[in-house]
Amino acid sequence: MYVAVKGGARAIANAHAWLAEERRGDPTLPDLTVAQVREQMALAVNRVMAEGSLYDPDLAALAIKQARGDLIEAIFLIRAYRTTLPRFGASRPIDTAAMACDRRISATFKDVPGGQVLGPTFDYTHRLLDFALAAEGITPDAPRAPAPAGPVPHVTGFLNREGLIQPEPETDATPPDLTREPLELPADRALRLQALARADEGFLLGLAYSTQRGYARNHAFVGELRIGAVAVEMDIPELGFAIEIGEITVTECETVNQFTGSKTEPAQFTRGYGLVFGQTERKSIAMALVDRALRWQELGEDFVGAPAQDAEFVLYHADNIQATGFLEHIKLPHYVDFQSELELIRKLRRGVEAGAEGTE
Amino acid sequence: MTDYNFAYLDEQTKRMIRRAILKALAIPGYQVPFASREMPMPYGWGTGGVQVMAATLVPEDTLKVIDQGADDTTNAVSIRSFFERTAGVAVTEATAEATVIQTRHRIPETPLTEGQILVYQVPIPEPLRFLEPRETETRKMHALEEYGLMHVKLYEDIARHGTIATAYAYPVKVEGRYVMDPSPIPKFDNPKLDSAAIQLFGAGREQRIYALPPHTRVVSLDFEDHPFDPSRADHPCALCGATDSYLDEVITDDAGTRMFLCSDTDYCAGRQAAGHMGAAQAGAA
Repeated sequence: MYVAVKGGARAIANAHAWLAEERRGDPTLPDLTVAQVREQMALAVNRVMAEGSLYDPDLAALAIKQARGDLIEAIFLIRAYRTTLPRFGASRPIDTAAMACDRRISATFKDVPGGQVLGPTFDYTHRLLDFALAAEGITPDAPRAPAPAGPVPHVTGFLNREGLIQPEPETDATPPDLTREPLELPADRALRLQALARADEGFLLGLAYSTQRGYARNHAFVGELRIGAVAVEMDIPELGFAIEIGEITVTECETVNQFTGSKTEPAQFTRGYGLVFGQTERKSIAMALVDRALRWQELGEDFVGAPAQDAEFVLYHADNIQATGFLEHIKLPHYVDFQSELELIRKLRRGVEAGAEGTE
Repeated sequence: MTDYNFAYLDEQTKRMIRRAILKALAIPGYQVPFASREMPMPYGWGTGGVQVMAATLVPEDTLKVIDQGADDTTNAVSIRSFFERTAGVAVTEATAEATVIQTRHRIPETPLTEGQILVYQVPIPEPLRFLEPRETETRKMHALEEYGLMHVKLYEDIARHGTIATAYAYPVKVEGRYVMDPSPIPKFDNPKLDSAAIQLFGAGREQRIYALPPHTRVVSLDFEDHPFDPSRADHPCALCGATDSYLDEVITDDAGTRMFLCSDTDYCAGRQAAGHMGAAQAGAA
């Protein structure tokens, strides 16, 4: 006799207990501390902060530990936490020209005022597994130099002075907030950039790569890439002036794109822009390329039907928390709908069979 | 969970959602954009329904949650326990006792009454989405009441298959104006959309809320010569003998023997308690 499947609550509790045990792994090995993740898995922490839209290395490290290293799951934990936080207000725009740069390179000039600083990059490492790391116990010691004094001017500023690069309109308008207003199209550039800043790194990488291979090619040069700490300031109405409330590390990428002019714009260089929390170089370069591709309309270019040009396509599919949720939800029970499809298929087949008999 | 507000969401967010709900009730079938929040369960698990529920619940409410018609499916259990923890409201499995019911993929068999609220979880709120993928286009089509594409699709179904080949999420027209997706309920449930209860539809990932006020005229799209047909498996329920309920088909052995059971577990249990018996029970007795 059939017994209806019961016990969903117990199954869920047991699954959670098993998950916790698997997360811990072999209990004879020491437990990973959140500080270890924060310090030694810093690029994973950066990605979780960037796509989670919350600058908090400790929470991001905790999320990575809790998610067993699944970064999208960790980003989800951060997003779900972030929505519960009250808003005290908005900061002043950060000033990236005043950044204390750990890294600052320009691909468009051999040297630039402020200098080229490689910083802690993988770029020229040879990708050979370092077996000494497996043996532990290495405390590397890098040579030190005094930090360059004063603000570091943006490379695009030099092109700007010559009038060779398309100027950006300045505005004091409050930018829209993707997390407090539903996304509605057409989205202006501020909103697009906001969406790209929290977009999935892999998705943006693929889109940016597609523009390089000819799907809306936009001839990008890295005008400048800089990584470092900037101050976050906030106006306090009671005080009547702004105070520094903290410091965040960001990666900023400005691309300079060749542009031979369109019906409405003269020949000049154009810009793509990427700004992301933490040291997140790949993401910010990809962001700048996709940003540039999405600007076809304002620059009077043709829409060639490339995915990276299509704001609706890009913005609706770039969020990995939305995407993974909807993708994975198809593993939830769907047997009621499947049953209705079964009935339909049987009915359609009966119709065909009856028709075949009728013609015999 | 004292760290969180009643029913999880903060009051500001609830106010924003309630405004969207009121607008949705004022324009039946119209999809109202709302600033959907990230919830502690994934998109696709019913975050729209959960947010609508959070904005609707009051401490005096009695809550019922079903998934696939059943109270004991894993996601129904999970959402019910979420609101037990965050709102501390009473819960029930009896349709008639509930003041608010959250559902995924079914409408309860027991007719709903005035004063009850049915909250649907919606994956894709746009009935025209699979005919036109762009939101900018479909919003225009709704504004202009331009539903020719949908009628052509239904007509082509009939031309090719002799019948409309949509078995669930069957489109309806609301008060003669908006074409609406009733969420992925089997078309068997469509006639129940004409209800005395308030029906609210929440789509979290797609950031849309829509609604049917009580006694709204809801018509399943069809043609005069091919009228709408709410079909079900042609069997009585093996447990309670019901011939008027939607049935699940359960495979009971390796030889593929099948058994048909009410998908609405509360309805089935109620009938069995009232002495109704299906073939399986009669055989066991």
